[in-house]
Amino acid sequence: MARRATPEVNAGSMADIAFLLLIFFLVTTTIEKDKGIARQLPPKQDENIPPPPLKEKNIFIVNVNQNDQLLVEEELMELKDLQDAAIAFLDNGGAPSGSPEYCSYCQGRRDPSSSDNPNKAVISVQNDRLTSYQMYIAVQNELVGAYNFLRNRESRRLFGPDFVYTDVKNAINEGKYQGNVEAAEEKLKQIQELFPLKLSEAEPKKRGE
Amino acid sequence: MSKFKKKKGGELPPVNTASLPDIVFMLLFFFMVVTVLRNNELMIKNELPKANEVEKLKKDRSVFIYAGKPSKQYQAKFGTEGKIQIGDKFTDISSLQFALTEAREKLRPELQDRVVVALKVDKETNTGLVTDIKEELRELNMVKIIYIAAPGSELDTK
Repeated sequence: MARRATPEVNAGSMADIAFLLLIFFLVTTTIEKDKGIARQLPPKQDENIPPPPLKEKNIFIVNVNQNDQLLVEEELMELKDLQDAAIAFLDNGGAPSGSPEYCSYCQGRRDPSSSDNPNKAVISVQNDRLTSYQMYIAVQNELVGAYNFLRNRESRRLFGPDFVYTDVKNAINEGKYQGNVEAAEEKLKQIQELFPLKLSEAEPKKRGE
Repeated sequence: MSKFKKKKGGELPPVNTASLPDIVFMLLFFFMVVTVLRNNELMIKNELPKANEVEKLKKDRSVFIYAGKPSKQYQAKFGTEGKIQIGDKFTDISSLQFALTEAREKLRPELQDRVVVALKVDKETNTGLVTDIKEELRELNMVKIIYIAAPGSELDTK
């Protein structure tokens, strides 16, 4: 009895089919890499309650006009100088030693006419409605950069050279942090209290006001 | 009379391609897994501004808002002014709250309170439009936002 052998399936074209599918997925793939500047909006406020009083010297005013030009503390400034100016303002620590607002960790010029303490220092950004979004993000980026620079400096000083604020924060967010996450978060919080992010955004002026 | 005949000639043996399909399949599976098929087609120009002080976005709890000029094929119909897009349709600033509430309900229920609004705004848009969006978000009490940006720095390009 001759057993008829089942004919073998020709698998030669398998590679072609697989290639076709591969190319399809290669073309349609967009590896999502969404990253951005996170921000918490202030909650809706009652208009009747007056804002808390702030000393003039504790406010750092950044004004952007419709031509994307920067006016920082009433002086024209280039975007590249903004970060240094913001660092100088935040880190100033102008309150005299002995006063309750004295900033023991500041390394700035201690100019009494600039901010008293990082806890008091507020950066206020005012945009025109016609400012481009590109400029808006660039300004926000520089200001967040200023805060990150100072926070990194403090975290290195307090917790050793390997503890860099932004690196640790990103590692925790991505779930890659090696070591005790809760302890690290506690440390991050401590640093945030030294340099709290106080970025205020004024309502953009309407034209002709 | 040797039993082992020397192979004739110095020709190279053909490369064995039997494992080629395996390799291709492996690649195929990789790309199949990482592929996210776009479920909302962009009807606007969306070139993101650059920033380097960025954080990662948590995908599972985010609602996307796109804004920018309508792209070429829609300009005849919608003009060239900045427009807001949620999902796959244009939204007016007045109906933004409704569209956002709808988008939020699509998230997992336990994450709906921790929603993050991701703003993907074209870099040529006016800030005024973004301010209007933020004003609406404050009304809705969705205060966590993230401005999605491309990696890089604006300082390099200037």
